[in-house]
Amino acid sequence: MAPERKPILLDFEKPLAELDARIAQIQELAEENEVDVSEEIRQLELRAVQLRQEIFSSLSPLQRLQVARHPRRPSTLDYIQAISDEWMELHGDRCGSDDSAVVGGVARIGGMPVVMLGHQKGRDTKDNIARNFGMASPGGYRKAIRLMEHANRFGMPICTFIDTPGANPNAESERLGQGEAIAYNLREMFQFEVPIICTVIGEAGSGGALGISVGDRLLMFEHSVYYVASPEACAAILWRDAGKAPQAAEALKITANDLKQLNLIDEILPEPIGGAHADPLAAAETLKSALLRHLTDLNNLTTQQRRELRYQKFRAMGVFAEAIAE
Amino acid sequence: MSLFDWFANRRKETSPLKEGQEREIADGLWSKCDACGVLTYAKDLRTNNMVCLECGHHMRVYSDDRIRQLLDANSWMPMDEQLYAVDPLGFRDRKAYSDRLRDMQGKLHFKDAVQTGIGRVDGLPVALGAMDFRFMGGSMGSVVGEKITRLIERATRERLPVVLVCASGGARMQEGMLSLMQMAKISGALERHRESRLLYIPVLTHPTTGGVTASFAMLGDIILAEPKATIGFAGRRVVEQTLREKLPDNFQSAEYLLQNGFVDAIVPRTQLKATLAQLIRLHQPVTTAPSMPVHRADVSAPNSLHHVVEG
Repeated sequence: MAPERKPILLDFEKPLAELDARIAQIQELAEENEVDVSEEIRQLELRAVQLRQEIFSSLSPLQRLQVARHPRRPSTLDYIQAISDEWMELHGDRCGSDDSAVVGGVARIGGMPVVMLGHQKGRDTKDNIARNFGMASPGGYRKAIRLMEHANRFGMPICTFIDTPGANPNAESERLGQGEAIAYNLREMFQFEVPIICTVIGEAGSGGALGISVGDRLLMFEHSVYYVASPEACAAILWRDAGKAPQAAEALKITANDLKQLNLIDEILPEPIGGAHADPLAAAETLKSALLRHLTDLNNLTTQQRRELRYQKFRAMGVFAEAIAE
Repeated sequence: MSLFDWFANRRKETSPLKEGQEREIADGLWSKCDACGVLTYAKDLRTNNMVCLECGHHMRVYSDDRIRQLLDANSWMPMDEQLYAVDPLGFRDRKAYSDRLRDMQGKLHFKDAVQTGIGRVDGLPVALGAMDFRFMGGSMGSVVGEKITRLIERATRERLPVVLVCASGGARMQEGMLSLMQMAKISGALERHRESRLLYIPVLTHPTTGGVTASFAMLGDIILAEPKATIGFAGRRVVEQTLREKLPDNFQSAEYLLQNGFVDAIVPRTQLKATLAQLIRLHQPVTTAPSMPVHRADVSAPNSLHHVVEG
């Protein structure tokens, strides 16, 4: 294990940090003065657990967004390495680039060969610059579809992991056809014969997220978010005031709970108290058992059934009214 | 003779009114080009599909104009006119979404940002969708997604080509993730249409951006665009923030996309109908044998069958 790193605290975690500090202080004082305070400590620790539970069970959408973007939140590569029996990363879109904002390769999970891929955010500033903060360029989407075509050819199920603030909005991506790259994936993912399970592990930003999210199942971690436009961008456009991001986050319905209620996702994966970054291995265990369960279900269907159900799943999305013609 | 001279002559012939021009402008009989400022007789401009006769500038047109310009007279059979948007999220920014919807539905004769239906282009049946930028910037919410999906599904069943005239700022934020998912829904319907080996031609008009570009706008078998239309994924201002140097002048224009290989042809509006008709004809299954030598035996066989059927 890496040496203990200083935790990165979100503003709403401050009361927890204060409580933890107080516990440590009392313990230190007790040791110095050789007094038994174990009962007080036990009480305080219990209180800390309760408080953590309370805070994390009632996060506002904007606070959830902060957890989803937490710099220590487990990334695609963390999960792949934790849940697969074996794994080999593959590179390149075969069109002249290898976008490191998207990673993928062949793996084995629960004894089953699969293709796993996803957006990859950096683990630190330097890594983040190299990976463009998980914002994929057209080459990233073309690499993803190339790997999925590979999976389809060899009958390997596909597991995708979504974690991006959005597709790369730079000039080069426009020149190389960002819109076309995403659109192509949306269409092609409907025709694959193998099972596809998509999991939002962090933040899922708009078309850049959707570009690898058309599947038989869409799972979301409890504190992950999925949005049509980032609350910041939405506030700037609709409210003409970026400061209105909290209102936008509320109005856009970006949390796993909201999206489950709208029937847009299949399952919410519970996170350890304090978020996935508080206990990445426990989060990975939850992910692995969910993936294996859904893979087993999907493997019981025929190719035709899977494709038809995948089509009907998206076909049913949308809320509108229809007046009876006079 | 320049186009302007030709037009000036024609105007002399067709417009006997010399004095009283001022009054006519006020009455909307004359139209001023946004690009070159030249005044044109509104009726002539309309006949020319709102393309300036002087400079070729394409003025903005809307779904009704598109239907009239592209389809044969009296061939339009609209579909799903009764679908209307609700406010599934109870969305309110500076104004409530439900109020925005009511305002737009009161101003226009259709209920959301696309009109869909079946019609004929030069006698050829097509499934046509025309987006309308006036309706909340042509944004795509559940109704746009549903109407376009139903159109494509019907085209697949009836083996019709699909033509979608795109004009949209992208997904409709007021419907949140429901809007984003329309991109996938429509792409799924296009996959089935494509699998049936049917022709799909999007026509990209000003502007085609965001989620529409990242889905059905870019999925055409053949992609046409109008001159100088803005077509892109990310907003220009967002792109500008990511770099220090200046963007090329034609950045995100139809011409820029042609240059980079993402559209097949830029077609002036005045030739759009004829071009669509030509392309649809070229992709029709060959029903009669092409002119090549045939053996007598081959000729007699269908003939005898013909007799049997008739008899």
